[in-house]
Amino acid sequence: MSSRRLDKKIDAAFKFVGLAATLFGLVVLAALVIDVVSDGHQRLGWDFLTSYPSRKPEQAGIFSAWVGTLWIMITTAIFAIPLGIGSGIYLEEYAKRNRWTDFIEINIANLAGVPSIIYGILGLGLFIRMMHLDRSVLAGGLILALLILPVIILSTREALRSVPSSIREASYALGATKWQTVRHQVLPAGFGNILTGVILAMSRAIGETAPLITIGALTYIPFLPTNPVAFNKEIPYIHLSLQGFLDPFTVLPIQIFNWVSRPQKGFLVDAAAGIIVLLTITLAMNAIAIYLRYKNQKRW
Amino acid sequence: MKRIFFAFFLTMSLVACSKSALAADPVKVDGSSTVFPITEAVAEEFGKSGGGKVIVGISGTGGGFKRFCRGETDISDASRPIKQKEIDACREGGVEYIELPVAYDGLAVVINPQNSWVDYLTVAELKKIWEPDAQGVITKWSQVRSGFPAQEIQLFGPGTDSGTFDYFTEVINGKAASSRGDYTASEDDNVLVEGVASSKGGLGYFGLAYYEENSGRVKIVPVKGKGAAVVPSRDTVLNGTYTPLSRPLFIYVNKDSLKTKPLVAKFVRYYLENAPTLSEEVGYVALPQSEYEAGLNKI
Repeated sequence: MSSRRLDKKIDAAFKFVGLAATLFGLVVLAALVIDVVSDGHQRLGWDFLTSYPSRKPEQAGIFSAWVGTLWIMITTAIFAIPLGIGSGIYLEEYAKRNRWTDFIEINIANLAGVPSIIYGILGLGLFIRMMHLDRSVLAGGLILALLILPVIILSTREALRSVPSSIREASYALGATKWQTVRHQVLPAGFGNILTGVILAMSRAIGETAPLITIGALTYIPFLPTNPVAFNKEIPYIHLSLQGFLDPFTVLPIQIFNWVSRPQKGFLVDAAAGIIVLLTITLAMNAIAIYLRYKNQKRW
Repeated sequence: MKRIFFAFFLTMSLVACSKSALAADPVKVDGSSTVFPITEAVAEEFGKSGGGKVIVGISGTGGGFKRFCRGETDISDASRPIKQKEIDACREGGVEYIELPVAYDGLAVVINPQNSWVDYLTVAELKKIWEPDAQGVITKWSQVRSGFPAQEIQLFGPGTDSGTFDYFTEVINGKAASSRGDYTASEDDNVLVEGVASSKGGLGYFGLAYYEENSGRVKIVPVKGKGAAVVPSRDTVLNGTYTPLSRPLFIYVNKDSLKTKPLVAKFVRYYLENAPTLSEEVGYVALPQSEYEAGLNKI
């Protein structure tokens, strides 16, 4: 009887510890957000979003930073998503289980845990020194693509694994080939989870500073990468250009880092405002991921 | 649908190859975080006046030279003259350069106007006050030099993020960023002036340009380095006698860029023409006009 009472006490105590642990995280997060918002809200506004950096804190803005972030994210997505999902499908659906695939698997899992600055050093050597891409959008995007590639591969595999084998078997029974099965049955069934993984990986990349600082992207940049589509009077009126991918860039986390390390107080306000923008983008991306997960949740 | 995509990418790649789509290559500057505020100010005004695109990085003086000597940048910001090792690296990389001084970085050590006992301080005495071992130990003026009164010292200085802090600790304590921590730190120079002005035993340091704006409220301390004690002023900074608390700042310009990229020549000219006002605006001491003219003649 007394042991039963003790168990109940332990049960209640654990509930309390769990609640305290949860609250701790929430309170710290809330304090952080409130602090940043109270510092930065006054600086937020159209001007802040459309001004270039300046030595005068009240004139400085994040135009080149958020546009740079957008460029980097698009570049990262172009490389990381097809490569990541492709490898995931191959490893899960096609590859034979043997020592070789086990070896690849362990390596991918390890790569997912490698500190981001290591990818920065790799990128500096490979993309900038060897391939002479300079400090361009392309180089930055490729580094972040490498960084999130393992995460996308792992989440794609996880998503495909959750598709029951009965679906594949039914498809084969109807005479479908492997590709038809993957294309029309397995991929659509796992699509929601794959997308969730991709978005979460992208929202990791958006906040990365270390690998980009390694390649020397910490800069004053008062202009945007070249517009990919330009309209002018020369025939054929619409001009497309990939030059933007080779232009120098800065991104939000780097602009924030630059401001925080400056002595003038005004820049701390700018930094707080920049953090609000970055937090909003990250939270929005995570919210989309959560929405997609709910929408595509299937019960088998 | 697939055909449209194909046509789209084909056009994209075609246009990308055509020269007309290439924008003018921006002027690339990298290097010292101390020189950054001047270069940033010049780049900002240059851009506003329609001069052209300039990008400025902060890799530190050494990091800047590494890139410069590989030919990756057009201009390198430096808070010291180029070292022999870097000269060799530039020669190896086939980079010829011109050295242009752009401003002076000078520090002022200040005390309260009511402080009647300090006539000057030696570098060794400043070290005694500011070194990490002084923390909690050196608390009274009498401990700094025998003969000083047993007045409490109140210390004021810039925070660890500032270049002034790095510079002061490097030349006084012998190692950058090594300092005692029990002093009132602020990145806002006004707080430091306020602090020293309101405490009798106060001692603080900040950029010389800022002292000039507040010369009535605090008293400046002559500093004795290797020779006699020198009163810091525009003149003693410029003639190089106020050592070690003043140093020249440079930009190094790639000769080849100067010849082949008209924008670089235009920017450097703009830099030298506007450095006198802009360097003072961001807290440094401008060189005499003749030095800027000598620089202009070099390019």
